[in-house]
Amino acid sequence: MAAALIGEAPPRTRKRRRWLPWLLLRLGGVVFVLWAVATVTFFAIRLIPGDPAEAILGGPGSQTSAAALAQVRAAYGLDQPLFLQYLHYLGRLVVGDLGRSYALHDSVIGVIAQNLGGTLLLAVVSLIAASLIALALAAWSTRGGRAAASIGSLLEVVAAAVPHFWLAISLILLFSSFLGWLPPVSVPGPLGLVLPVLTLALPLSGFLGQVMRESMLDAMASPFVLSARARGESESEVFWLHALRHAAIPAIGLAGWAFGTLISGAVVVETIFARPGLGRSLLSAVQQRDVPLVIGVVIGVALAYMLVTTLTDLADRIVDPRLREDAR
Amino acid sequence: MSALLEVRDLSVRFGDSRVVAGVDFEIEPGECLAIVGESGSGKSVTARSILGLAGTGARVQASVLRFDTTNLLDASPRRLRGLRGREIGFVSQGALVALDPLLPVGREVADTLRIHTSLTPRQRQTRVVELLAEAGVPEPGLRAAQRPDELSGGLRQRAVIASAVAMRPRLLIADEPTTALDTTVQAGILELLDRLRADGTAILLISHDLAVVSRLASRIAVMEQGRIVETGATAQVLQAPRHPYTRRLIAAVPTDRPRGSRLTVAPVAPAVEVPHDVVLEARGLVRRFGSRTAADDVSFTLERGRTLGVVGESGSGKTTVARLVLGLEHPDAGDVRLLGEPWSSARERDRRVRRPRIGAIYQDALSSFDPRLTVGQILADALSGGRSRRADVSELLLQVGLDPSLARRRPRFLSGGQQQRVAIARAIAPRPDILVCDEPVSSLDVSVQAQVLDLLDDLQRSHGLSYLFITHDLGVVRHMSDDVLVMRDGRVLESGATETVFSAPRQDYTRALIDAAPRIG
Repeated sequence: MAAALIGEAPPRTRKRRRWLPWLLLRLGGVVFVLWAVATVTFFAIRLIPGDPAEAILGGPGSQTSAAALAQVRAAYGLDQPLFLQYLHYLGRLVVGDLGRSYALHDSVIGVIAQNLGGTLLLAVVSLIAASLIALALAAWSTRGGRAAASIGSLLEVVAAAVPHFWLAISLILLFSSFLGWLPPVSVPGPLGLVLPVLTLALPLSGFLGQVMRESMLDAMASPFVLSARARGESESEVFWLHALRHAAIPAIGLAGWAFGTLISGAVVVETIFARPGLGRSLLSAVQQRDVPLVIGVVIGVALAYMLVTTLTDLADRIVDPRLREDAR
Repeated sequence: MSALLEVRDLSVRFGDSRVVAGVDFEIEPGECLAIVGESGSGKSVTARSILGLAGTGARVQASVLRFDTTNLLDASPRRLRGLRGREIGFVSQGALVALDPLLPVGREVADTLRIHTSLTPRQRQTRVVELLAEAGVPEPGLRAAQRPDELSGGLRQRAVIASAVAMRPRLLIADEPTTALDTTVQAGILELLDRLRADGTAILLISHDLAVVSRLASRIAVMEQGRIVETGATAQVLQAPRHPYTRRLIAAVPTDRPRGSRLTVAPVAPAVEVPHDVVLEARGLVRRFGSRTAADDVSFTLERGRTLGVVGESGSGKTTVARLVLGLEHPDAGDVRLLGEPWSSARERDRRVRRPRIGAIYQDALSSFDPRLTVGQILADALSGGRSRRADVSELLLQVGLDPSLARRRPRFLSGGQQQRVAIARAIAPRPDILVCDEPVSSLDVSVQAQVLDLLDDLQRSHGLSYLFITHDLGVVRHMSDDVLVMRDGRVLESGATETVFSAPRQDYTRALIDAAPRIG
């Protein structure tokens, strides 16, 4: 009876209807950002000196005849004015055709599809690992008294300040060369994932830990936690029922940003650990002036990034019901 | 002794500072004992020590700290947790923040049941709705699913009480249960507590306001700087106070104190002669926000050297009127005239040069200051855009009763009363004709409130200031105003000379407000 009453609370149903405009606005934003990313990348990559036709024929070093170059230019539409090329490119983009990679002679979509999984796995596992490390650090340093708080905050600052490439090399030296526990390059299987994930997760956990500890401390000192304790809640109940939720809010807000840093970190990590993935494809595509692949990867990453920020916004609304009101 | 709670020689230290020293009291079942004192007197810490929640770093000592048969000092954490919520209920200070903003209020009430009973979630839900209904929450089924920010202050506090009494505890500790609530809401909460007491619950009531506790408490303990300076039956403490501190607290209650009388012992400032011209005039002010009309046909005039009180509960449109008068909000209809000239209809560019004529002080003085500026910089800025001399700042601080050495401090290191004095100094710096006072004493202890009210009274006398005095507190408005405007739902319900309105209210609503005002006895 009571449960039915609660379920039928009228304000709730009214709130739900406001999701549609919010979603439409969001989708409009996605389309706009994709167009902007495609346009900026298209023109920016032309600023790199050199001839894309040479890249198609095997890179700047290769001895190619002028006739072969002209033939390639005509085949790829590179002899047309830049603006016309841009329009053609946009037209193909609308129907989902990202073109063919100059260097790999394969469709861009195919290259991305091959490499996306590895990078996403790396990023998601790193994000989860970073959140868990940050949470453990925050929980320990808020509950362990003054000394724990100082040590916790020191660890967070150090972790946040360490650059990926240095951390990667140090981890390889320690766990592969010295202890011999883990492979120095990324072999298939979970074992090969450990060092790359640690490299990405440790600096991120420093950032996340700082904001989590801050809001956890705020929550633990607040009157509603005093009320909860005065009701007879134990320390761990206070932590799981109240403090954790409050700590999660800023961390979820940062998750979108964190995913961005993980993707850019993946460029370094995949290169160092010789791990196939989008980051490494992007690096070699830029080096080889492989225009369609660069644009394809950038658009793919932008799309993934927007998907993640939308998901974190949704998660935010679930954890923090106050946000549901101004869903627009 | 059959006392339910017995406290002997309780002292609490935080590091080297002793905040509670040698406190003795006991409470019988069905009795309400009030501990009264100013902020920082140690009354909250005393209450929390009983629950074993004095705070991190607190060292609690006592010769006796006994609840029923349990020695609270020796009790294990587990035993204490079993008492909390089940035998001893706690209504914490700050009615508006005592509930987790992320959870539905019903969950917090259910939480007490979850901890101390073996009811199923479904049974708990049913019980929660019953408990909320008992605590006077209308539509309890609907309210249980809402979060604190969707409820009014009064409903939130009722939910907190429902959560505290869910297990029918034998002792209820209520720490400032009505602070920051409207007067009629406050009266309702006090009635609810009194019903619980009549049913046999012992109540330990903590407050800074003698008038609030006088309705509920059978005995009063007055606390000053960690010590109880006077204890006795309520009537005896209120009518024949023995300690000077008690007398000061009683004198500070403004309700039923005639206009112009002093709430503190400070001498009265000499008055200046002023002409009786109209400084502010509002005609038919209307302001809508969407479908809600925040101000609906509001008219009044304010003469030089006089005070017009605007009284009403939260959401009555008081603050909208203040913003219209200050020219921060544009009326949808009607107009405001300042010193006989158009004000609300003037262009902002023309208005700006006349802005110094009208100043404002607010409830939350601290948030009205730039946190990076010192008191001296704040005042120098208000005097003449920062080009004033240090002597002018000192003079201003002396006028509001502050030591000139405070000029080097930042506002957040001052007490609440000092902060409001700085805000007043800043407001009078450009020598305005009118001061808009929006709930200027609502978040202050009664004794500090008395000092600020006396200061405002002095400044009015010596500067010929006119006040538009906005408050929800009938006692304060009656003490401060010559004329009064009673507002409800954006409309002026009743207006006239303060004494006429108060002695013969024409509206039932006005009468209800007057009856709800906290008075002693």
